[in-house]
Amino acid sequence: MPPHFLVHNPQDSAGVIVVEDAKAGMELEGWVMDTDETIHVAALDTIPIGHKVALTDIKNGDTIMKYGHDIGKAVADIPRGGHMHVHNVKTKRW
Amino acid sequence: MANNKFTGYRRENGRVGIRNHVIILPLDDLSNAACEAVANNIKGTLAIPHPYGRLQFGADLDLHFRTLIGTGCNPNVAAVVVIGIEPGWTGKVVDGIAKTGKPVEGFAIERNGDHKTIEMASRKAKEFVHWASEKQREDADISELWISVKCGESDTTSGLASNPTVGNVIDKVDPLGAHTCFGETSEITGAEMICAERAKTKEAGEKFMKTFQAYMDEVIEPHKTSDLSDSQPTKGNIEGGLTTIEEKAFGNLEKIGKKTRYVDVLEPAEEPSKGPGLYFMDTSSAAAECVTLQAAAGFVVHLFPTGQGNVIGNPIEPVIKLTANPRTAREMAEHIDVDVSGILRREMTLDEAGDALLEMTLRTCNGRHTAAEALGHREFVLTKLYRSA
Repeated sequence: MPPHFLVHNPQDSAGVIVVEDAKAGMELEGWVMDTDETIHVAALDTIPIGHKVALTDIKNGDTIMKYGHDIGKAVADIPRGGHMHVHNVKTKRW
Repeated sequence: MANNKFTGYRRENGRVGIRNHVIILPLDDLSNAACEAVANNIKGTLAIPHPYGRLQFGADLDLHFRTLIGTGCNPNVAAVVVIGIEPGWTGKVVDGIAKTGKPVEGFAIERNGDHKTIEMASRKAKEFVHWASEKQREDADISELWISVKCGESDTTSGLASNPTVGNVIDKVDPLGAHTCFGETSEITGAEMICAERAKTKEAGEKFMKTFQAYMDEVIEPHKTSDLSDSQPTKGNIEGGLTTIEEKAFGNLEKIGKKTRYVDVLEPAEEPSKGPGLYFMDTSSAAAECVTLQAAAGFVVHLFPTGQGNVIGNPIEPVIKLTANPRTAREMAEHIDVDVSGILRREMTLDEAGDALLEMTLRTCNGRHTAAEALGHREFVLTKLYRSA
């Protein structure tokens, strides 16, 4: 079975959904590309393809990691399995 | 793996082109109508209309000339007819293109009017078409190929798969001696330190940081009204799942591969002068502006990864599109030359995707029309630095 989500780096806060049918309540399987590991997370939200799923419980103000790098900060608490996007994460730049 | 050979048109200055255009190039907005009339009269020519060229000055005027002259000099162009409102600046563009040794002639509208100008220019364009159409393709090596890269309407699948596929090609052609070029200054925001570290020399890294900082200080800071969160990332990027500029920037940088280092930093439309290798060019991240500048610097084929489905082409530099987004590959299939969505399903490795893209690049060089060429996408967009006088 192809993975439901992909993760660039084991330090990343989120995985990217790569299927068109990731629904709330599903047990999602993910592939960590840098380490070739398989991980699982239960989806709390229905998440569109290309959008991110939180891999850990994240607190408001926490730094968000992707590609093993800082890509912004949480502006709300995000539970593991939740949809992560512009409603709960912002840039630290402009 | 392809044999790293292609066939192209060897030009007077030794550069190799993959197309054989006779272009009708306006100096200014006023000359677009005459250029389009000539292109209509003489089949096999291509007019390249644009909105500028009047009362520009300083660095903005220099860039205007550099872009027009560079477009004419591009080895995908066999011969050029230039039309301008007056002979002075028209002659400057003609003289710049003539340095390549290719046929070029200029016509000015003042004291002639459109009718006479169109007649004279059409006679010359017809001569050029007869001459160019007898040019034959010759064997060429990948070391003679100049490849530019830029992504558009990116989403998270770009950073996962289509941009790394382009990076895989860069890593494969760099040791073979190709010239390659990436740009998009604003789209490195958040990853600028990582980009600086990818320079081959300390000087190139410092030049990059200076260019990046100048862009922040001179363009973003004085002109931003709140933040750029609706412009960079774009609405399309956000729809595709990209949340912040930093996230987009790290995805963008995947296009330069895992090991290739850039040898120099170029002004917009500046021709590389430090030999083979990867170059960074200071450009906008808007697709047509960036590709127009890269074509003007002499790049002959473009690799364009897209996530949500950007449809851009260029009049003289074929733009090859690839996507890893299965929805885009399905719903916008007519725009996509290479589908690498198999990477996301683990049906295709990155290395296989890179080989597929390199093969399509060489097929395109050999004459295969890209999706953008077949669909008539010829976006030619000049970069304007500030208002005209």
